Order: sequence, then structure tokens, then C-alpha cells
Amino acid sequence: MNKKLLIFALFAAINANAETVFVTLEKDNALAVMNPIDGTLLKTVPIGKRPRGIALSSDNKSLYVATSDDNTIKIFDAETLKQTGKLPSGEDPETFALSPTGDKMYVSNEDDSLVTVIDLAQKKISKQIKVGVEPEGICVSPDNQWLISASETTNMVHWIDVKTQMIVENTLVDARPRFVTFTPDSSQLWVTSEMAGSLMVLDAKTKQPIKTISFAIQGVPNDKIQPVGIAIDKERKRAYVALGTANRVAVVNAQTLEVEKYLLVGSRVWNVAFSTDEKRLYTANGLSNDVSIIDLESQTVTKSVGVGNYPWGLVVKP
Amino acid sequence: MKTFIAVLFTVMSLPLFAATKDKPKSPPVPTAQIIDIAFLNQEQTPPTETLSNLDLFVANKGVEGAELAISDNNTTGQFTHQNFVLHKFNVPADGNVTDIFKQNISDKFHYVITNLNAANTLVVSDLAATSDTILFDTGTVDDALRNEQCRQNTLHLLPSRAMKADALAQYMMKKRWSKWFLVVGNTPEDALFATALKRSAKRFGMKIVTEKKWEHTFDARKSAQSDISVFTQSDDYDVLVVADEQGLFGEYLAYRTWLSRPIIGTQGLIATAWHSTHDLWGATQIQHRFQDLAKRNMEEPDYGAYLAVRAIGEAATRTKSADLKIIRDYLRSPQFTLQGYKGNALSFRTWDGQLRQSILLAAPRSLVAVAPIEGFLHPKTELDTLGFDQSESTCKLENKP
Repeated sequence: MNKKLLIFALFAAINANAETVFVTLEKDNALAVMNPIDGTLLKTVPIGKRPRGIALSSDNKSLYVATSDDNTIKIFDAETLKQTGKLPSGEDPETFALSPTGDKMYVSNEDDSLVTVIDLAQKKISKQIKVGVEPEGICVSPDNQWLISASETTNMVHWIDVKTQMIVENTLVDARPRFVTFTPDSSQLWVTSEMAGSLMVLDAKTKQPIKTISFAIQGVPNDKIQPVGIAIDKERKRAYVALGTANRVAVVNAQTLEVEKYLLVGSRVWNVAFSTDEKRLYTANGLSNDVSIIDLESQTVTKSVGVGNYPWGLVVKP
Repeated sequence: MKTFIAVLFTVMSLPLFAATKDKPKSPPVPTAQIIDIAFLNQEQTPPTETLSNLDLFVANKGVEGAELAISDNNTTGQFTHQNFVLHKFNVPADGNVTDIFKQNISDKFHYVITNLNAANTLVVSDLAATSDTILFDTGTVDDALRNEQCRQNTLHLLPSRAMKADALAQYMMKKRWSKWFLVVGNTPEDALFATALKRSAKRFGMKIVTEKKWEHTFDARKSAQSDISVFTQSDDYDVLVVADEQGLFGEYLAYRTWLSRPIIGTQGLIATAWHSTHDLWGATQIQHRFQDLAKRNMEEPDYGAYLAVRAIGEAATRTKSADLKIIRDYLRSPQFTLQGYKGNALSFRTWDGQLRQSILLAAPRSLVAVAPIEGFLHPKTELDTLGFDQSESTCKLENKP
């Protein structure tokens, strides 16, 4: 083989795969920094009390982490991991969403049944919206039309018009909704319900369910199947759903809405994230304290990396 | 209250209006469904001879749990146009429950939550038998009320003694503590819990090697050291199992037994529907909300009352109805599931009206385990490994009430 070509191929491979995974560790008050290519934990950085929700700014320069017991969302430089600021999030922030335009952040305040809207440029609360009991899952449609808040105890998703910041409609969903996300074309809202063990796909136009998908795994009791995180690929071919204490990720055909396969990962799999090229999926496993790496082409779990206590959420930085 | 509703609907109708503004017709103003719930509580009296003066005595445990759930229901109700109203009826410890029920509740309320002892619960169930009423018992743990004395109109929110004893036995089996020394107090309730423990021992193949009734003085400050050493001398055993529901002597067993053995039952490691150390499955959120409201930790009667009001709320939301028959049918249907901050979905057993649920096994300052313990299997749901299963129950409620 041509030596030059080999070197080029090697270089290209390294380049294409160069990415970093940040994982919040709820019980360690820290952030784990992982190299997902060789599957190593690079370092663990103290970050604040009970870190949970995590997101990267669209320019990948700022890292936002909800440090729930500090009652704030901290901003870090994504390169140096030095804190550069903090946001007034309201009490006990857990999950939050960034607007596609990058100017606003929406935070679920579980204890107060509120969604807090933060103006990112001014670092100020611009509005608080009353929602149902224990709001948790939150997302904005990619077309920036809808802000969705799911309340766990009210069992509803609230459709909030981004422009007016008012609730336009409420859809009753299965028991204990945890995670919400839109398909990349904004036409469907996917909702996991932890207690019902189901995934509901709602039509963004009618706001009514198109299909409710339930999961069944041989040898796993139904009440252990507690779906949480969802990742849908850009072309909407497949979606991957974390099934909590069933310790599996379900592979769902995102066109036919049929379950294709279950992949065994770590214990109480919680949130999931794609690699930048969508060729791998990373899962945060809350009780086995590790991250599983799934190769999506072969649909096999290739590695698990110990990261620390109670990994909660993860983001991938290119 | 009227103003509140009016304001609510103004807020609610604004976005609806905005969405349909090109049409000339304004949307109809929705009318609220009002769901009235009676809460009948009899005050407790502190045990006269208790030795442990550490805990503040609360005469009306439970009512704040109901208040918290009403607030949760109404947060949901603002989106579904349902309004839940709690009407509290408090009977003094020496008052007459029957009189209060007949005067204020009978034929006036469809939904009645009771926090009463077993005898009064039964009286109220029978008084309400001919009216359109569903009763939510949040005061008793008696197995008789779920078996030979069960009533068609009554649902039970707290786990029975048999369920608690089974939870403890599963844990002891897992730990291989199979030889029990059973210590039983002097009250009728202690005898009932001892009966439940014996049933569980048989069910899970455990052996009670010694059984003794506590007959000593309750004043352990003087005599515990000598009394308990002598009292606990026996053939070898793995674990001391105690039945002392009022806490008259059980706290003084630990560290004083002749052999060094763990204590389990009503003291030491206890089985309970709720505990202040519980922080799994979102429990932290409700613990915080309750502490904000009541300025104390949530306890079992509060949890029972919370679940009762939430069960009504959940049924009303899902059925979009305030109608007794629709809600009653839904509560007992397979579709009904209640989120109770214990991981599994809670539901009512069709044969005896008991709420199936996980049971917490807790030491005073730590949550030790949650039953059903892993490995105890059941063809339908593992939750039914706790208490009287359908085939064992002597209660045969009709599935359609």
C-alpha cells in the first residue's frame, strides 16, 4: 500500500473522529470528559452541586450545565472548562432547552410548576410560564415555532407558542412523561412516558397521537421498561430510545414506527447522544456509572467506559 | 373562588382566541367541572406510655397530604377545566364519627376520604353502602378489612400488615436470616401484626424459633439494660423480629440483646409506604413540596391521603368527567395507573380494592431496600408478591362496582 495514502487515510480517520463527550455526574458534582474514539476517560472536573441537564451553544464555544442544588445554570468555556458566567434559572433547574436561534434558554422548574425563559445576551429572566405539576422534558421545534414542556405528574405536554410565549394547547399523554423531542423536520413530537413504558408520536399539526409504541423484551418485566432519552437521526430513518431500568436501547424505525431491535447497555440507561457523524450513539447509564458506545452501522455495543457516579446527561463537542 | 375561576378562564381563552382570530366567531367559554371531596379525619391521641419523646406528636397527620394533592390536581385542572375542592371534617379524639358523617357527609359527597381506625372505617363503609359514594380508606392497615370484612364501596390506599410483613420477609430471605425470634407487644394491633408476620414466615419458608410476649415494664430508662438481656436469651436465631406498632418498648431492644442480632419489624428496619429518607423516582420533588406546605416530613398517613386525592384527580383527568360512575369504573379498570413516586405504576387490586404498591424498607436515617425484592417473581406483576393475592383473598368484590 502506498505509504502516503496510508498516512492520509490515518489522518482523515483521526480528523473525522475527533470529538469529545462531556458527561454530567449527578452524585460526583463533576463533569467527566471522555474521548469516545479510544474509549478513555480523559479527566473529571468539579463543576457544581448535582449537575444534570447539559447543552452546547450552537457555535460549540459555550457549555451550559444545570447545577440543580446550586439553583443555577453555569456557563463554561467549552475548551478550557473555566466558568465564564451563570444564569438565573429559578429553583432546582434540571432540564433546559436552547432556542434554535441561540438567543434564549428555556428551563423547567420542577418544584414551582414553571418554565423560565432566559434572555441569554442579558443573562436575565424574561418570563415565567405556568405549566403542570413537575415539568421535566423540554424542547423547541427546529423551526422555532413550538416550545414544549412535559409535566410529569399532570401527564401533559404543553404547546407553547414561541412568539407569544403562551400555552396554545395541552395534550394528555401516558403516565409520567420524561423526555420530548421533535423530528428534524418539526412535523412530529416524540414523547417518552417512563411509568407507562411507552413512546408516543404526536402530529405537530393536530397535536394528537399518531401512534403509541410500547416495548416488550423477553425476560424483562414490563414495569422495568422505563423509557427516557430519545435520539432521532437527521434523515429520520431511525430513532434510539433509552429504556431506563430495562438496561437497553430500543432501535425504532422512524418511518414505520416499529421497534426493530433492543441493544443491551449499562444499568438504568438515562440519556443518549449521537456522535457528530451520527455513526455512534453514546448512552449515560445512571446505575452502572458508565457510558456505553454503540456502533450504529453494525448496531452493536462496542465499549463501556467508566465515568463516575450517576452519569445523567451528555453532549458531544466536535 | 369564583374570581379565581373567572381569571383562569380569561387566561385560558386568550391563546384559544389568538389561534382562531381569523374566524369571526369567538370560542365558547368552557364550564368547569367541580369535584367535591370530603376528608373525614379523627384526631389521634399520643400513646400514654411511650418512652421516646423525640418526635413531635401530630394529631392530624394526613390532611396536609390531601391538601398537597388538591393543589396538584388543580394545577392540572387549570388545563382540563376541572376544579377540585377539599371539604375537611375533623372529629375530636373523643368525638362521634357516625354523627359527623350522617350530618355533614352522607348523601352530600360522592368522594369521601377517611382517616379513621378500623372499627370506624367499617361503620362509615356500611353507612355509605346505600348512597352513591366511593370511600378511600387512608387510615387502616388491617387485613380483615381487605378480606372477610371487605366492602364493595371502599378502596384502601395504605399497604396492609400482610403486605408489610411480606416485604420484610422477602428482605430477610434475601439476607438468609431464616431463623426468627419474634417479640410481640400487648396491644390488639401488635397481635395482628404478629399474625401477619407468621403468615409471611410460612409463605417464604422462614422459621420462628422463639416467640415471646413483652411483659416487662415500659420504663426502660430504669430497667432496659437488665430486662432485655435476660428477655432475649434463647436458642440461636438470625434476627429479632418485633411487633410493637405504638413504639412502647421496641426502640429499646437494639444494642441490648443477649446475642448481637439485627432488629426488624416495627422498629429497627421497618416496612412503610413512605419514609423521609426516600429520594428515588422523583420522590425528592414531593418531599420538598410537602415540607414547604406542612413544615415537617411527609409520613405514611399523609402519603395515603395524597394518593387518594391524586387517584380521583387522575381518573377525572383521563375520563374528562366528574361523574361518579365513570370515575369509579375507571379507578378499578386496567387502564388506571397512578404515579406514586415509587418506580412502579400503582393500581387497585380488583378483588379487594387494595392499592398495589412497592414498600420501602428503611432504617431511621437510610433507605435500605424497596420491596418487592428483586427475584421474587409473579406471573402478573411482582407487586402482587406482597399481601393477599387473588387466589388467597377471602374478599370477592365484583369487578364492576
